[in-house]
Amino acid sequence: MITATQAPEHYLGAFDQFNHRAATQLGWLKSLRQEGFARFAENGFPTTHDEDWRFTNVAPISSREFRPASPASIETDQLRSFGASGFECQLVFVNGKFSRELSQIESLPPEVRICGLAEELGTNAGQVREHLGQYLNFRRDPFAALNTAFLEDGAYVYVPRGTVLAQPVYVLFITVPSADAIMEHPRNLIVVEENSQATIVEDYVSLGGSTAPSFSNTATELVAGENAVVSHYMIVRQGDSSFNVSTLRIQQARTSNVATHSLLLSGALVRNNVHPVLAGEGAECLINGLFMANGRQHMDNYMLVEHVSPHCNSRQFYNGILSGHGHGVFHGRIIVHKDAQKTDAKQTNRNLLLSDDAQIDTKPQLEIYADDVKCTHGATIGQVEENALFYLRSRGLDESAAKHLLLLAFANECLDRMNSVQVREHLERLVMEWLPESASHSGEKPAEIERAWEEVG
Amino acid sequence: MSLLDIKNLHASVNGVEILKGINLTINPGEVHSIMGPNGSGKSTLAGVLARRESYEITQGQVTFNGKDLLEMKPEEAACEGLFLAFQYPVEIPGISNAYFLRTALNAIRKYRGEEELDAMDFLPLLREKMRLLEMDDKFLNRPVNEGFSGGEKKRNEIVQMAVLEPMLAVLDETDSGLDIDALKVVANGVNSMRSTERSFLVVTHYQRLLNYIVPDYVHVLVNGRIVKSGGPELALELEEKGYSWTEAEPAGARR
Repeated sequence: MITATQAPEHYLGAFDQFNHRAATQLGWLKSLRQEGFARFAENGFPTTHDEDWRFTNVAPISSREFRPASPASIETDQLRSFGASGFECQLVFVNGKFSRELSQIESLPPEVRICGLAEELGTNAGQVREHLGQYLNFRRDPFAALNTAFLEDGAYVYVPRGTVLAQPVYVLFITVPSADAIMEHPRNLIVVEENSQATIVEDYVSLGGSTAPSFSNTATELVAGENAVVSHYMIVRQGDSSFNVSTLRIQQARTSNVATHSLLLSGALVRNNVHPVLAGEGAECLINGLFMANGRQHMDNYMLVEHVSPHCNSRQFYNGILSGHGHGVFHGRIIVHKDAQKTDAKQTNRNLLLSDDAQIDTKPQLEIYADDVKCTHGATIGQVEENALFYLRSRGLDESAAKHLLLLAFANECLDRMNSVQVREHLERLVMEWLPESASHSGEKPAEIERAWEEVG
Repeated sequence: MSLLDIKNLHASVNGVEILKGINLTINPGEVHSIMGPNGSGKSTLAGVLARRESYEITQGQVTFNGKDLLEMKPEEAACEGLFLAFQYPVEIPGISNAYFLRTALNAIRKYRGEEELDAMDFLPLLREKMRLLEMDDKFLNRPVNEGFSGGEKKRNEIVQMAVLEPMLAVLDETDSGLDIDALKVVANGVNSMRSTERSFLVVTHYQRLLNYIVPDYVHVLVNGRIVKSGGPELALELEEKGYSWTEAEPAGARR
C-alpha cells in the first residue's frame, strides 16, 4: 500500500482503478507498475527548482485532473487526414489502445513481431519481460515512473538477429479528445537484435474538434543489439491544448548504430527526452531534431547522452525555429563515464528567433570522467540573416517567399540527415505545412544579433 | 530611351555620404565599366541599384526602363530585369542550387504574367547554362554556394544571370579572386549574353577583366564621384598610371 505521497490525489484513485481492471494481470508486471507508482508518489511532479526542469513549468499538467482516456473508435476515413497512409506497415493506437482493425501489418519475415504490447504480453510475455522496464530510469524521472505505473499497451517491435526490415514501421498514436481532460501512457518496446536493421516512426496526433486538454505521457525503450542499425523517428503534432511528454531510452550494444530524429511541430507543452546509453564499444549514435514553436507553445528538448564504453561516437544536432510567443529549450547533457576513453561527442544547437517575444533557453552540460576524450558543443541564437534575405530578394523572391525559403533551408539541415527517403519526404511535407507562414517583420532595420559560442573540452 | 539613367545620386551609409552626385546613362546594348580604387563607392553604387536597404538616398533620381528605380524593392527591381552579381555571393545551406534558381525564375515569370516552369522543363535549361560556364552537373543538387570555391561562386552568379536573363546586369567585382582560366570562363559567359537589348555595368578594381569583356565606356569613380569617362583605352591608362592622376581633375561626367 502506498502511504506518504507527493502525487496529486486523483492519481491515486486512478491508479487503484487501473490496477484492478488492467488487461494483463501478470505478477511481475503488477509489481513493475506498483514500483512505478511508488516512485511517482515519492517524487511527485518536478518543479522548476529541479535542474532538469529549470526552464519548463509543468503546472499546466500537474494542476489538472486528467482521467485515463476511455477507449474510442475512429473511422478509416479519418486516418487519411494524417497523411501517413503511404506506409504499408502501420500500427494504429487510439487513446493508447492498439487497434488491429485500423492497423495493417504485411507479411513479416519469420520470427519478427510487430504488434500491440498488450497482445504480446497475453501470448508471449517471456520475451517481453527480458527487456521491459530494464532500461528506463523511472527512479529518477517522475514522468517515466507515471508511465510505468499505467503501463498497459503500446507498440511492440521485435526483430531477431540477422534480419533486415525493408519497410519502415509506422506507429500512429491518435488522441481523441473528449469533454474531460484525458491522459494516456503509451509504452513502446523496440528490440532489434544483433546484425539486424529496422526503421521505426512514432507519430503523435490528435483528432480535431475539442479544446479539452489531453496529456500523452509516452515512453519507449529501444534496444539495439551488437552491430544493429536502427533509425527512430518521433513526430509530435497534437492539438493546441495537448501536453506531450515523451522519453526515448536507447540501449546500444557493441558497434550498434542508432539514429534518432525528432520533429516537434505543435502542442501546448512538449517535453522530448532522449537518453541513449552507448554501452558497448564502438557504438554510434546520431541525435537529430527540429522543433518549431509558435503561438504560446513550449517545447523542451532534454538530451542525456551517456558514454559508457570506449570508442563510441555521438552527434547531436538540434535546430529550433521560435516565433510568436513560442518558447524553446535545449538541454544537452553528455556524461562520459570513466571507462569511456576515446569518446567522440559533439553537440550543436542552432536557433532562429523570428519575433521579439519568442524565447530560447539553451544549455550544455558536460560531465567527463575519462581523460582521453573529444567533446565539443556549440549553440547559436540568431535571426533570419539579412544578407541571405537580400540575396534571395535580389533574385526576384518577395520578402515572405524569401523568408520561407530560408526557414525551409534551416529545417532542411535536419531533414537532410534522415536516411529513409520515404520517411524524409513525409516529414518534408509536414515541415512545409507547419512552417510559420510569414515570419513577422518589424519593418525597422533589423539588428543583427548573433550570439555564438564554441568550446572544446 | 535609355535603359538606366542616374541623375545626381547621393547616398549615405550610417550618416556618412558615400556617393556624392553620380550621373550616368546606359543605353540598351551598351557595356559600361566603373573602375575605381578601394572605398571609392563602387560597391555602394551596385548595392543602391540592386536596392539593398542599408543605404540612405539623400538626393537624386534613378530611372530604370522608364520607371523610378528608387521606389522599387529588391525583388521588384529583379523582376523588372535588373541583376546584381554579388562580390561576395551568399551561402544558403539546405537549399539546392536547382531548387533555388527555379523558385527565382518562377517568381520573375509570375511577375511578368508568364507560366511557371516545372522541374522537368527547368532542368534542361539550367544544365545548358551550367555547361556554358563549365560547371559540373553535381552543382545542381549542391546547396547554394555552400562549400564552393571562390571561382565556383562567381561562376554560379553568372549561371544565375544566364538563367534569369536580365536587361541590365551589374557585375560587382566578379573578377576578384579568379585565376586566368576562371576569368576567361566567366567573361565568355558574359560575352555570350551580350545583345542589342541587354546592357552591362561591370564594376571592377582591375583592368584585367576588361581584356575579355571589352566595354563601350569606362568611368572612373573616385571618392563618390565619376571623375573621368572615356572608351576602353581609359582602362589601360589607369592600369599604367594608377588612380592618383585622376583625382586631380574631377569632372561632371556623362558618357
